[in-house]
Amino acid sequence: MTMADPTHEGRFGDFGGMFVPETLVPACIELDKAFREAWADPSFRNELDYLLRTYAGRPSPITECANLSEELGCRILLKREDLNHTGSHKINNVLGQGLLAKRMGKTRLVAETGAGQHGVATATVAALFDMECVVYMGTVDIERQKLNVFRMKLLGSEVVAAESGSQTLKDAVNEAMRYWVSAVEDTHYCLGSVMGPHPYPWMVREFHRVIGDEAREQCRDLLDGVPDVVVACVGGGSNAAGIFAGFADTDAVLVGAEPAGGAAVGRAVPGIVHGSKSYLMQDEWGQVLEAESISAGLDYPGIGPEHAHLAATGRARYEPVTDAEVVDAFQLLSRTEGIIPALESAHAIAWIAKAKHEFQGKSVLINLSGRGDKDVNQMMDILG
Amino acid sequence: MTGGIESALRARRENDGKCLVPYLTGGLGDNWLETVMAVADAGADAIEIGVPFSDPVMDGPTIQEANDRALASGTTPQRILDTLRDADIGVPIAVMTYANIVYRMGWDRFMNELSASGVSGCILPDIPLEETRDWTAAADEAGVETVMFAAPTSPDDRLPRIAERAGGFVYAVGLLGITGVRANLASSALEIAGRVKAITDKPVLVGVGVGTPAQAVEVSEVADGAIVGSAVVQRMLDGAGPEGVAELIAEFRAALDT
Ligand SMILES: Cc1ncc(COP(=O)(O)O)c(C=O)c1O
Repeated sequence: MTMADPTHEGRFGDFGGMFVPETLVPACIELDKAFREAWADPSFRNELDYLLRTYAGRPSPITECANLSEELGCRILLKREDLNHTGSHKINNVLGQGLLAKRMGKTRLVAETGAGQHGVATATVAALFDMECVVYMGTVDIERQKLNVFRMKLLGSEVVAAESGSQTLKDAVNEAMRYWVSAVEDTHYCLGSVMGPHPYPWMVREFHRVIGDEAREQCRDLLDGVPDVVVACVGGGSNAAGIFAGFADTDAVLVGAEPAGGAAVGRAVPGIVHGSKSYLMQDEWGQVLEAESISAGLDYPGIGPEHAHLAATGRARYEPVTDAEVVDAFQLLSRTEGIIPALESAHAIAWIAKAKHEFQGKSVLINLSGRGDKDVNQMMDILG
Repeated sequence: MTGGIESALRARRENDGKCLVPYLTGGLGDNWLETVMAVADAGADAIEIGVPFSDPVMDGPTIQEANDRALASGTTPQRILDTLRDADIGVPIAVMTYANIVYRMGWDRFMNELSASGVSGCILPDIPLEETRDWTAAADEAGVETVMFAAPTSPDDRLPRIAERAGGFVYAVGLLGITGVRANLASSALEIAGRVKAITDKPVLVGVGVGTPAQAVEVSEVADGAIVGSAVVQRMLDGAGPEGVAELIAEFRAALDT
């Protein structure tokens, strides 16, 4: 199968759609149109490619992990999104949306952020394009990701605390959407993952498919084919969607690593929140439950609608990993390869460390979505 | 067939009156039903009952807090509907909630429950025209009026489709923003009211940003009436009780009647 154009209705099988207040519908329709036009316009593509190369530092390399491979008994390859400017995959999407927002004549970006990586990427691109920037971040996340809060402010962005509900990513999305409802005429909502109303899940996946397209090429040289397994961590699912897009039409096993405390697919209950229908952690009455994860970037009770579709059709599998397994994996990669991963990305490492028996002798491509500098303080507290 | 809400609002309009539809959060305090009854007696033409949702993206701090408090006290959609089922309120009721609350129970079951509880209409702010199919099929079957929203950003060519699908009334969103009391009525309130009135004979009420009797009067010069939410809910949060809330409604009624 391929990861297809969900049409102007934004459907991925039973999932997706555009469940937003009427006020925002014209903006979503306009965005669908603007993105379709831009994506088919060679001058837009060239400008984005240029920025991805000269500003973000693409293509990102693939690193063969000799030491970790020996330890786990499978051939481990890392797609190094941690080496991008701003330290994660998030910049791919934000450069795309920033260029598009400029093309649409918007003067301000509003974003939500969990770990702060998407907020930092948005603040960065706003600085580059001379746009105003407002970032909503849960009070709990502001506390555990202080470094990124400071970076956003340094970059000229306003950081607003989302104090409602669980005070994490879900609430930052609510606040960013409320802000967008009030400022939709001059503001682009720069959503940070493959979630939200159409066209976001599709558009954000397309802006990240550069990860999968590059990796496919690189694997052709390195492996003379495709890897046996492709694994990525899943919060909303943007880094996973990006790398899956390069391999969905192959035989590679696709795996999304979910935090056990935020396993939306694991529970497989469909719901509607933040603009789309997907799997959602909720109680028997439809109240959204609070996710609980060591990593702020995965602390989200939902998942992008295309992942729900990939799960429902069996094309990808989604596996839970616990916080304790993540802490071990964080140290494992640091120790064996000299690479400190983001806590989010450490979920993907943790999954293969746990599932290694199933894949002995196989090649496993891991999307290393971000670097761990932002998490070092938190890990110092945890490891004592 | 014209439903209970539309009939009541048309009746008010035919008598040269202006419609008043207050919004109250269901399950907020033990005496919320008494407050609903008092509000009906004080001159409401119809009443919106909010069924709390954990993530209400169209709502500002006042209604968010009301939601949180009601949920913390153990309110469920079923409990609110059961309470309404046993009550004789005297004016038609619309339930306002978000898509997931209905979807979780099932479109058909929820609409049937509304009907069985004597609720006339349903308002779902995160279901735009593009996503109405499952909901309206179930609502039409159960005889529930489907209120639809028109916003200041809705282009002209959308408005007739919105009005055509609307049951009960067309909910014209008064401003670019979320629910909450503002110092002044936004100019967009009169604009959207005028644009919707120009293309439909159905009742057109303005809500969001109508918080004082004077603002309700101002907007009703163009619209058929007003929806008053946060100002009412704030009274409930402040512990005003049924009489205190009814006093506020009486002020709105008096202003609209003079
Ligand atoms: C490094 C990193 N990886 C992954 C994520 C999760 O996002 P997604 O699931 O959209 O890739 C985040 C989010 O903050 C992140 O910072």
